[in-house]
Amino acid sequence: MIWLTWRQFRVQAVVTAAILAVFGVLLLVTGPSLGGVYRTSGFAACHSGCAQLAGNFLAQIGVPHYHLVYLFGAVLIIVLPAIIGLFWGAPLLARELEAGTFRLAWNQSVTRERWLAVKLGVLGLASMAAAGLLSLILGWWASPIDRAAGLGSVGGYENRFFPVVFGTRGIAPLGYAAFAFVLGVLIGLLIRRTVPAMAVTLGLIAAVQIAFPLVVRPHLITPVRHSITITASAIQGMGVSGPGPDAQLRTVFAGTVNTPGAWVYSDATVTASGSPDLGTVPAACQNIGPNGSFQPCQQALAARNFQQQLVYQPASRYWTFQALEFGIYLTVAIVLAWASFWLLRRRLS
Amino acid sequence: MTALHASGLGKRYRQRWALSDCSLQIPAGRVAGLVGPNGAGKSTLLNLAVGLLAPDAGTVTVLDGQPGSGPAQLAKVGFVAQDTPVYAGLSVADHLRLGGHLNPGWDAAYAQRRIEHLSLDPAQKAGKLSGGQKAQLALTLALAKRPRLLILDEPVASLDPLARREFLSDLMAAVAVHYVSVILSSHLVSDLERVCDYLVVLAASRVQIAGDVDALIASHHRLIGPRRDPATLPSDQLVIQGSHTDRQSTLIVQTRHPVLDPAWTVEQLNLEDLVLAYMSQAANGHDRARPVLEVQR
Repeated sequence: MIWLTWRQFRVQAVVTAAILAVFGVLLLVTGPSLGGVYRTSGFAACHSGCAQLAGNFLAQIGVPHYHLVYLFGAVLIIVLPAIIGLFWGAPLLARELEAGTFRLAWNQSVTRERWLAVKLGVLGLASMAAAGLLSLILGWWASPIDRAAGLGSVGGYENRFFPVVFGTRGIAPLGYAAFAFVLGVLIGLLIRRTVPAMAVTLGLIAAVQIAFPLVVRPHLITPVRHSITITASAIQGMGVSGPGPDAQLRTVFAGTVNTPGAWVYSDATVTASGSPDLGTVPAACQNIGPNGSFQPCQQALAARNFQQQLVYQPASRYWTFQALEFGIYLTVAIVLAWASFWLLRRRLS
Repeated sequence: MTALHASGLGKRYRQRWALSDCSLQIPAGRVAGLVGPNGAGKSTLLNLAVGLLAPDAGTVTVLDGQPGSGPAQLAKVGFVAQDTPVYAGLSVADHLRLGGHLNPGWDAAYAQRRIEHLSLDPAQKAGKLSGGQKAQLALTLALAKRPRLLILDEPVASLDPLARREFLSDLMAAVAVHYVSVILSSHLVSDLERVCDYLVVLAASRVQIAGDVDALIASHHRLIGPRRDPATLPSDQLVIQGSHTDRQSTLIVQTRHPVLDPAWTVEQLNLEDLVLAYMSQAANGHDRARPVLEVQR
C-alpha cells in the first residue's frame, strides 16, 4: 500500500520538493549576506535598548534585494496549504472515483478503509513535513528581521505576532497544511470530480485562511486592556477631524506605552469615562503658529484627563497562540478525516 | 458451497429500485452468465457481490462470506469492473507491481507469463493500451491474485467482435487451468452462449429465471399448432410467451415433462430464443413470472 501511495503521488511530491528546493537555495544564497548586515549594523551584538539599532538595521535591508525574498517567502508559505489541498488532497479520491479506478483499487486484498488510512497517513504527514520544512528555513532566514520588527515595525517588516506574519512562522503552517490536505480529500469524496473538487477546495481554504485571523484568532484569549492617564509631557501631537473652531478632537498621540512584539488590537484615546467622543479641539490648540509654543495646548489636553487605552496580546503569548492555532487546525483535520472514513463506508460508490 | 447467494436483495438509487427482491443461488464451480437488457440491474448485482455497493434490502453472501468484509474476503474474489478500469498513468509493469503489493496470494510468475503471452509491453502506459488490451490487463490482475471466484461486469462490452472472441476464449482457458468459479455479465446472449453452463436472466430489476443451461434448454419448448387458448394447457406447462394468428398459436412453454399432445409441433429452443422470451415477458409486465422459476439440474 505504501508503494502504491508513493507511486501515485511521486509527481506531486517531486514538483513540490522542487519548488521548496529552489526557494531553499534562494534563502541559502541570501541568508549569509543578510546575516552580514545584521552584524555590521551592530544590532546583532546589542542586548538591551536596541530599538534604534533595530530600526537602522531594518532601514538598511529595506532594499528590494531582501524585501522581495521576504515577501516571496511569506507568499509561498501562505499559498502552500492551498497547493497541498488542491494537488495532493482533492485528486486523491476524486480522480479514482472519476476514472472508475476505485473499482480496481478496492478489489485488491486490501480493504478500502486501510487504503484510505495509509493514503491519509502518509500524505498527511508529508504535508506537515513540507510546511514544517518551509517554516523552518524561512524562520531561520528571517530571524534577524523578526527580532528587529519585534521592537518596532519599519519599512514593510512587521513583527511576527502581526496577523499576516503570524501564519508564516512557527508551527501554525503545519496545522494549515494538514487541514488543507484532508479538506481536499473530503471535498473530492463528496464531489467525485477532480477539477470541481479542486476549485471548491481552493475557495474553502482561502475563505478559512482569511476568516480565521479576523474572526477566530482575536478571541482565543482575552486580550490585555491597559489604560493610562495622558500627562502633559507625554503628548506629542493630536489628530483632528478638520480645520476651524468646530473641529472634533479624534486622538491624542502619546508615546507612553511601549509593548514590543505585541499584537496590538487597538490603541485609542478615550475620555476619563471611557467614551471615544473627545469633544472639540481646545482653544489653546487652535492656530498654533510655526513659532508658537505647544505647551499651553499640552496642558489644555492633559486637563481633560484623557486616557490612552491599549488592547493587545503581549509578546509572551506568541507561542501559546501558535500552539492553539496548530491544535485547532489539526483537530479540524482529524474530524474531517473521520468524516471521510464515515462517508467512504456509508456512500460506498 | 454456493458462489453467490442472494436473498430478497434490493438496491435503490434515490427513489428508483435498480434491483429488487432478488433471490438467487449460483453454485460454485460453474461459469455463470448474467444476462439482461441494459439497465436491468446486472452491474448493481455484481457491485453488491464485491462489496462496492451496500444493499438497501435483503442479504447477499459470496463464497459464504459478506462481500468486501475484509482482506480475506477480498482475496477470494477477483473482480473485473465495467469498462475494465486501469490506471492510465501507470505502466503495465506498474500494474503487476500494484497487484503484487496489494495481494498476499499474488502469483507473480503467472502474471508475467500472461503478459508475455498477450504480448503486452511492460513499459507501456496503460492509458495507451487498446480496449482489448486494457480488458486483458484487468483480467490478468484479477486472475493473478488467485481468487476462488471471478466476477466480470460486461468485460467485453466495449470490444470489437474479434477481441470479444479472443478475450472470452482466453478467459475460458485460464478458468479451466485454475479451478475458479466465474460470474460473467453481458447484455448479449451470444457472448455467453459459448462459455456459460449456468444462466441467470435479469430483466426489469428482477431475476426472471436462473438455472443450468442444459436443463433450461431441455425444459423449454416452442409449441406450434392450431389456435388454442393457453389457459387450456396442462397444468405443468407454463406459458412464457405466446403469439396467435387466426388459425395458429405459437407458444413458448416451460415444462419438466415431455409434451405429448400430437396437435403440437414441438421445437427445441436455443439459448437466445429462451432469453428473449423471458426478457420480452418482463418487458410486457407479466406477473406470472413471480414467484421466480428455478430450474436445477
